[in-house]
Amino acid sequence: MRPTIQLLSPELIERILREAFELLMNPGVRVGSAVIEQLQSAGVEVHDGVARIPESLVRRCLASVPRDFYLYNRQGEKAVHYGGDDVNFDPGSCCVQMLDPDTLEARSSETRDLVRIVQVTEALPQFAAQSTAVVCNDAVVGNDVVGSHNDAPSAIGDLYRLFVVLQHSDKPVVTGSFSAAGLQGMIDLLAADSGSPEKLRQQPRAVFDVCPSPPLNWSEFGSHNLIDLARAGVPAEIVSMPLAGGTAQVTLAGSVTQHAAETLAGITLHQLAGPGSPIVWGGAPAIFDMRTGGAPMGAVETAMLNMACAEVGKHLGLPTHGYLVATDSKFVDAQAGAESARSAMLGALTGINMISGAGMIESLACFSVEKLVIDAESIASAQRLVRGIEVRGETLATAMFAQTGLSGEFLKLKETRALFRQEQHIPCPVIDRSARGSEPPSDIFKRARTRVDELVSKYRKPSLPEDVLRKFQAVVAREAERARTAA
Amino acid sequence: MSDQLFGAMLQSIIDGAPDKAAELARQALADGVDPLEAVNRGFAVGITFAGDQFGCGQMFLPDLLASAEAMKAAINVLEPEMLKRGSQREALGKVVLGTARGDIHDIGKNLVATILSASGFQIFDLGTSVTPEQFVAKAKEVDADIVGVSALLTTTMAGQKAVIEALDRNGLRPRVKAIVGGAAVTSKWAAEIGADGYSRNAIDALELAKSLMSKGTAQA
Repeated sequence: MRPTIQLLSPELIERILREAFELLMNPGVRVGSAVIEQLQSAGVEVHDGVARIPESLVRRCLASVPRDFYLYNRQGEKAVHYGGDDVNFDPGSCCVQMLDPDTLEARSSETRDLVRIVQVTEALPQFAAQSTAVVCNDAVVGNDVVGSHNDAPSAIGDLYRLFVVLQHSDKPVVTGSFSAAGLQGMIDLLAADSGSPEKLRQQPRAVFDVCPSPPLNWSEFGSHNLIDLARAGVPAEIVSMPLAGGTAQVTLAGSVTQHAAETLAGITLHQLAGPGSPIVWGGAPAIFDMRTGGAPMGAVETAMLNMACAEVGKHLGLPTHGYLVATDSKFVDAQAGAESARSAMLGALTGINMISGAGMIESLACFSVEKLVIDAESIASAQRLVRGIEVRGETLATAMFAQTGLSGEFLKLKETRALFRQEQHIPCPVIDRSARGSEPPSDIFKRARTRVDELVSKYRKPSLPEDVLRKFQAVVAREAERARTAA
Repeated sequence: MSDQLFGAMLQSIIDGAPDKAAELARQALADGVDPLEAVNRGFAVGITFAGDQFGCGQMFLPDLLASAEAMKAAINVLEPEMLKRGSQREALGKVVLGTARGDIHDIGKNLVATILSASGFQIFDLGTSVTPEQFVAKAKEVDADIVGVSALLTTTMAGQKAVIEALDRNGLRPRVKAIVGGAAVTSKWAAEIGADGYSRNAIDALELAKSLMSKGTAQA
């Protein structure tokens, strides 16, 4: 039996959806101009940029969403399954700062940091996918890191991050574009990686986060990205982020309802543009901290919101995503461990298909690669938990006792040797279980640093065909030029 | 009699009760109380107290917002009379606010606007996704003392830098002070882009604005 956890009763989910459908009619949803014509031809009333989307249309669009899909690695193998109760993890994304392990201060993140995160993530089986984890501020300000295109303006920052990740990883990528103009370059990059736009559509390597703005607003660029992704057949992941009490109702149930309305609206815009194109019921909901005005990612209520939002998506039979395994602490300390491990467990028990956020500290403002390897252990524990307790063999205990009698010599049994790896997750040395020896014990941060260094030293860059790399560079050069001209 | 009234005014702000605050303001006018005195000895004491309580963790953002709303209600009643008497409450300073280009998240910016306004600053709120040129134009038009740029997204923080550069280009600084805030903004970032100040929350922003004003006066 797979252990699960459920916060919402089926009746409450139905009620949430009922009210979400009501919200889509009244007050309606603010939408970008790019989608208005398409909505109107589907019979939707749009006045002053506000669309009133009827339930019947949303239901029709929901029906064309694929119930599941796969992301593929560079070798063309299925690597991430979005659907059912499958649980995958990827690092948090788009941080601007990096925790310096020497000074323990947050400093501006750079290309070398993104590369290091990718290298570590590549080695850890706990992460089924990479993410475009940190902003490369060095490339933005124009240091010589993009080769001949050393003046990469911030406008192509999203593209540049994906460019870096694709060069250093074979895994699928969770990414996103923060401008309407930037998306096409990223799709072109992925198509070059896959071989062709058609191949990318058949075997997508990446999923794109697309965010509405709470409350009930699909901005110009959000609307645009939904349509472009739907037409390209590249998976989209809606990341609605109501902040309970700030940009959404203070009640958790109310925020889940708003999340549902924003996500249903997004799915409608998306499916109208490309019926059957893959899309994920995702989110990064959080509570609004009434002291700081921030979004506490480590709060248990934030985890509860992510769980409940995913439950609504699962109820509709859709692939799901959430934002967990992050902390509000500024260090990789006990708070970071407690908050991240707790939400990893809760997310896994909920059966969220993709859980983003590992490695993040300071409420998503800063990334720590040391935390990433510690989180990998929390994730492994969560993955072990959801495998549950399995029955192996004809009897539970009597057959083995028939062999050992009362000698207690279980360690010698061939079953012990055959089964312990399945029964136990064997942690890496980041987790200390050793008896006290003559060496002074070290703390987890120090052990994590050692682990990061080990993983980086063993890392081998994937061999990218020369022509693919040239295509990558051509796309980046073209987009950099376009951005320069636009500016 | 007046002390009692001032006490009730103070309490209406702490309670975040706009109807009560407006009623007390009307009563003060009916009783012939100097409206400026009503503000300074009554309502404003309440908003300062609320700020202090927030600072030490006893009050929370919804409480603080309610206090600011009550303050606004009282001022709305008193303002016409103050104008008539020429005893208008002197603005602590003129502040142009907006979110950075590309950023439509305005919750933090709105909090700052509310708190600063309740505390006596004159606010010119440009709304969301404001270009550097718009900031500059408004700052010139109203002869601003402070320009505040908010950015929630890590991707729009660069817009804060652009505003500061535009203020510099137009020769508005150092007379006009530039301040920044937002979830991902840090004092380090503020220093990096040459901002005159940064604050973590709306109450700190009030302190920051006051201290910049006193520095500005000292320099002048």
